[in-house]
Amino acid sequence: MDKLMNEYTDRLPKKILEDIQDYVDKKGGINQAKLKKVLDNTVVEYENARIHPGEAVGVISAESIGEPGTQMTLNTFHFAGVAEMNVTLGLPRIIEILDGRKNLQTPAMEIYLNAPYSKGKDIKEFALSLKETKLSDIALEFSISLVESEIEVKLDKEKMKSLGLTNSHLVNGVSKQIKGFNVKDKKDSILLRSRSKEESLNEVYKAKEKIKDVHIKGVKTISQVLPVKRGDEYIIMTAGSNLSEVLQLEGVDAYRTTTNNIFEIWEVLGIEAARQAIIDEVFKVIQNQGFNIDIRHIMLVADTICVSGNIRGITRYGVVSEKASALARASFETPIKHIINAALVGEVDELNSVVENVMLNQPVPIGTGVPDLVMKSKK
Amino acid sequence: MAAKKVKADELAKAEKKADKVEATTEEKVVEEKAVEEAKGETETKAEEEKTATEVAEETTELKVEEKKKDEVIEPQETHIYKRVKSIVFSVISPKIIKDMASAKIVTPELYDKEGYPVDGGLMDIRLGVIDPGLRCKICGSKLKECIGHFGYIELARPVIHIKFVNIIMTVLKSTCRDCGRVLIPKNKISKFEEGLDAAEKEKGIEGRREKIKSIITSLKTINKCPHCKARQKKITLDKPTTFIEDDKRLSPIEIRARLEKVIDDDALLFGLSVQYVRPEWTVLTLLPIPPVTMRPSITLESGERSEDDLTHKLGDIVRINQRLFENINAGAPEIIVEDLWDLLQYHITTYFDNAISQLPPARHRSGQPLKTLTERIKSKEGRIRHNLAGKRTNFCARTVISPDPMIDLNEVGVPDVIAMKLTVPERINTWNMDHLKKFIEKGPKKYPGANYIIRPDGKKKKITDETKEASLEEIQPGYIIERHLMDGDIAIFNRQPSLHRMSMMCHRIKVLPGKTLRLNPSVCHPYNADFDGDEMNLHIPQTEEARAEAEILMEVQTQLISLRYGLSIIGCVQDGISGNYLLTKDMTLTKNEAIDLLASVGMDNFSRLPRKEKIDGKEVFSALIPEDFNFTGKTREDEEVAIKNGQLVEGYMDRANLGEGSGLLLRNIHKKYGKDFTIDLLGKIFRLGIEVLLKVGFTCAVSDTDLPENANLKVKEILNNTKKEVDNLIGMYKDNKLESFPGKTLEESLELRILETLNKARNETGEIVTSFADKKSHTMVMAKSGARGNLLNLAQMAACVGQQAMRGKRIEKGFAGRTISAFKKHDLGPEARGFISEKFKTGLTPTEFFFGAMTGRDSLMDTALRTPKSGYLYRRLSNALQDLRVNHDGSVRDASNKVIQFSYGEDGMDVSKSEKGFLNVKRIIKSVG
Repeated sequence: MDKLMNEYTDRLPKKILEDIQDYVDKKGGINQAKLKKVLDNTVVEYENARIHPGEAVGVISAESIGEPGTQMTLNTFHFAGVAEMNVTLGLPRIIEILDGRKNLQTPAMEIYLNAPYSKGKDIKEFALSLKETKLSDIALEFSISLVESEIEVKLDKEKMKSLGLTNSHLVNGVSKQIKGFNVKDKKDSILLRSRSKEESLNEVYKAKEKIKDVHIKGVKTISQVLPVKRGDEYIIMTAGSNLSEVLQLEGVDAYRTTTNNIFEIWEVLGIEAARQAIIDEVFKVIQNQGFNIDIRHIMLVADTICVSGNIRGITRYGVVSEKASALARASFETPIKHIINAALVGEVDELNSVVENVMLNQPVPIGTGVPDLVMKSKK
Repeated sequence: MAAKKVKADELAKAEKKADKVEATTEEKVVEEKAVEEAKGETETKAEEEKTATEVAEETTELKVEEKKKDEVIEPQETHIYKRVKSIVFSVISPKIIKDMASAKIVTPELYDKEGYPVDGGLMDIRLGVIDPGLRCKICGSKLKECIGHFGYIELARPVIHIKFVNIIMTVLKSTCRDCGRVLIPKNKISKFEEGLDAAEKEKGIEGRREKIKSIITSLKTINKCPHCKARQKKITLDKPTTFIEDDKRLSPIEIRARLEKVIDDDALLFGLSVQYVRPEWTVLTLLPIPPVTMRPSITLESGERSEDDLTHKLGDIVRINQRLFENINAGAPEIIVEDLWDLLQYHITTYFDNAISQLPPARHRSGQPLKTLTERIKSKEGRIRHNLAGKRTNFCARTVISPDPMIDLNEVGVPDVIAMKLTVPERINTWNMDHLKKFIEKGPKKYPGANYIIRPDGKKKKITDETKEASLEEIQPGYIIERHLMDGDIAIFNRQPSLHRMSMMCHRIKVLPGKTLRLNPSVCHPYNADFDGDEMNLHIPQTEEARAEAEILMEVQTQLISLRYGLSIIGCVQDGISGNYLLTKDMTLTKNEAIDLLASVGMDNFSRLPRKEKIDGKEVFSALIPEDFNFTGKTREDEEVAIKNGQLVEGYMDRANLGEGSGLLLRNIHKKYGKDFTIDLLGKIFRLGIEVLLKVGFTCAVSDTDLPENANLKVKEILNNTKKEVDNLIGMYKDNKLESFPGKTLEESLELRILETLNKARNETGEIVTSFADKKSHTMVMAKSGARGNLLNLAQMAACVGQQAMRGKRIEKGFAGRTISAFKKHDLGPEARGFISEKFKTGLTPTEFFFGAMTGRDSLMDTALRTPKSGYLYRRLSNALQDLRVNHDGSVRDASNKVIQFSYGEDGMDVSKSEKGFLNVKRIIKSVG
């Protein structure tokens, strides 16, 4: 049976063959002759369902995503139940993804864990250890002594205890991250004194704001953590995202842990992973909104974003700026800029794409415009 | 940039020239290379690459043919098999400006005393014709034929072109002020070239320039030329157009001199290819004057002439330029000359772009800013997006639409008034002559008549009662007559916003009395149309090719399966669904009634009805289904639906099976019997539904929302209990006994709990309504069949409207501590935060009404804000993806042949030929057995 199936690997996509296999297995086998007939019929149907050369698939995908876009909700926040994180959904999220933005409105991660954490052991403690603690989180007060050019930070001892921090932790952390200051431990507080004598007061004030953000503990930029039971294992959902650091942590299942920040995925896991992430994220939003869009359309958009090897948003700086034709670029946005630059380089527009030919009242090289007729002239 | 706009016209002209040469040559593809000397002041120049001998040969051949034909009227119609192959952009050089000009402009005056254009003025007749009846002095053609000719003025002093300031700046900064070489040592230039190319690839030409600057800074050659060792000074740009070198102003003359010194190889480093642009061309010495055809003057009713904005601006430029000349020649003091020079710079700058932030915009006397070149080109209303990427058409109509279920889905009802205005051209031959003569006989005022005849030489003649006889005499094979629209003609029907390709579909004309366009309610969904005053457009394709393409690719039945999700996008709607629901659920008819129904639907074969007196509704419905059709599916309420051998044996029809975008019933019929059968069947099913409703009568009544007394009591009880529960929660919160959810504050947890309780209450009332309301009531039928409305709507009318939520929360905005001053401050109770416990039937209290209005307003805002956002997203998407197409090898590629996908969608399947995106393996296996 496998042998017969193998004969068809050139003629049918893997997915369809797997479907057939699955269904046949469920039915409890099928005889050779019948299977052959099934496969042959499938080939016929598949060939009939193939997309035609020349089909303007780009426009179709754009329409398929753009049209339901008019019906999506704009409401940015959405509570999908009590135990969920706040995430951007709907149209703003789609725009965010397709723009290829680096800074998201609501970055979030889903951290999968290895046993024993995934079984719920010490899950709360583990989650808390991820959460970023900044100096301002455990400080009661920041005060500046004008005479000495010193900054004193009063500490919340109770909070520190619950987080398992000692003063030396802080002194280490602060002195590493703030340059030009001597840090002193004073039991209930820490003291920063400028190393250079003529440090202006202005600098000290600036330093005061800076040390508030000093990172003490946990994973940077992760501001909230929430252990959740999904299926029969525990996972941690976070607000804020830092894929590269989280993946290195002990106890984290690096194979399944993910973030909604596509740029991070690209940096850490590469462009193929980013492409998949775009597809998944867009598809998630669309399903959440209750729309029905075929995954092929999203794939095509994701592929256009990722072909260059970088993430190129669908903006005038991204995908559109890479078009070969100056007229096509000009017809989108900032036409003057594109025409001027084209003139300076002496650009040649070969009129290969759609808009230029529309401008010149010529047939467009898409669909029925693709085939050319070649004739021998009568002698 | 002046001529950028006339580019298309120029090209057209070039084509026309070529046409004359090879008028009747058959499929001869002439590849014409049009070289556009673009930018700054663009001009198009078409080179005809055609040898004289070739032309001669063709003409002799032609003559022989003509003698044979012996025709009275020489056929003039030409087929243009000609294409612009490519366009080259470049900066126009002073030499070309001079060469292409037909006149030198020397005076700012426009007309003399007699109102005749002044020679050497801005409206010089050598620049083109804008008055009807005159012939162009240069090309000899008439108005509309002559596309105008450029002139030029000689600037007294050179002037910086505002659009090239950046490149001038870069070149000045990166080249030696003495020897003009780039400030990179000779031996290192080739080393950096690679990096420059990479930068250009990454960030375009601007990236390249940035990179040059950074290289020079990093080489520290900024102060001393590595070639001639001259000391360099610091150059700054005082925006918009003043260059300053060490506190001394650089005049455009000096700048031009320096740019001239840049050698070709160095220019190439900046990305400037000298074949198309020499650096010094960015400083203007000559200014091209655009032809009058692109700045026509308007004659007002009073006989006064009103000039175009560009003419005004050019007038300023010429005037100042002349004054500058005079002052220089008269040896005026330097300061006066400088002032005038600056003024000239200002006028030329605003001539190119009137929105430079550092300059006050040039204005009309009335104070409104002039629309100069840049403003003409850019933005949505500019030349590119308004005139080039979008075009207008003739042979179209637009009016209000209204429904007509009795016409087919692929028909469109056209009012007779429109049918007599829009025409289809038909060519006369010996076979159709008599047929077409009848149209001329009727004339333009009687339907179906004809409006025009077109002679083979292209002359168009109107048919009137007077000319009718003459026209009848005149016509012979080869003539074209434009006859009125008739039933069965092809038209393209469209409703804006055209968001997907189903927004423009091809319908067949059906001429009907009345004044509106009629369409079958079933096709409303793809157009997203309703009949509350919507208007739609109708286009009549005029050539055989266009009609064929419309018919094959765009007709309604070809669009049945959505290419977005692979299911039927056209289905039954509204009455069509509720009617079939009633019919197939439980209805028995007498034989006569059943035959009546089927006959009114358009059936004439009743043999499939069972031979008995009482006929079940399911059997009537089954009579429409083909006999060899098998199907199993689910209803909306998850009950089995089974069709065996064309008989509906189990279940009933509702939206899940008949509606658009759901269920596989329609998809399977389409797969098995094809598009034409499906569309016909769909029309019949829809009409069947309507006929059923006509028979039983169908209406909504207030009494549909009546509940029995005990149900009302139950609702009240639920609401009271809920209120107590919420009060209880608030009490717990106040006593600090409430437990908070993980990751949430106490307040948030309370809100969540209250919201949950209130929603639960509304749902419970809804359930009561569902169980107590009259199942046979028509409101209920509509909700259950999915034709319109849902149970929630009914519950809101009959029991309780429920919580009004904004942004997923209860209403919280308002005065300090409360939503409306009718409540106490910090009241967290349900009614103070937007819970409406009343029902719509009895009416809301004033505070409740206010909360309802709040959410209503919120949703209006949401729609208003969303439309432009999603519109922009869509524009960006379609602009980015528009060139992608499937190649013959199955790969998806863009316009420059870059592979986007090796196989479309990873399996090369067309969504609109799939079943919900898949190949239905299960069905195939089943069919094999």
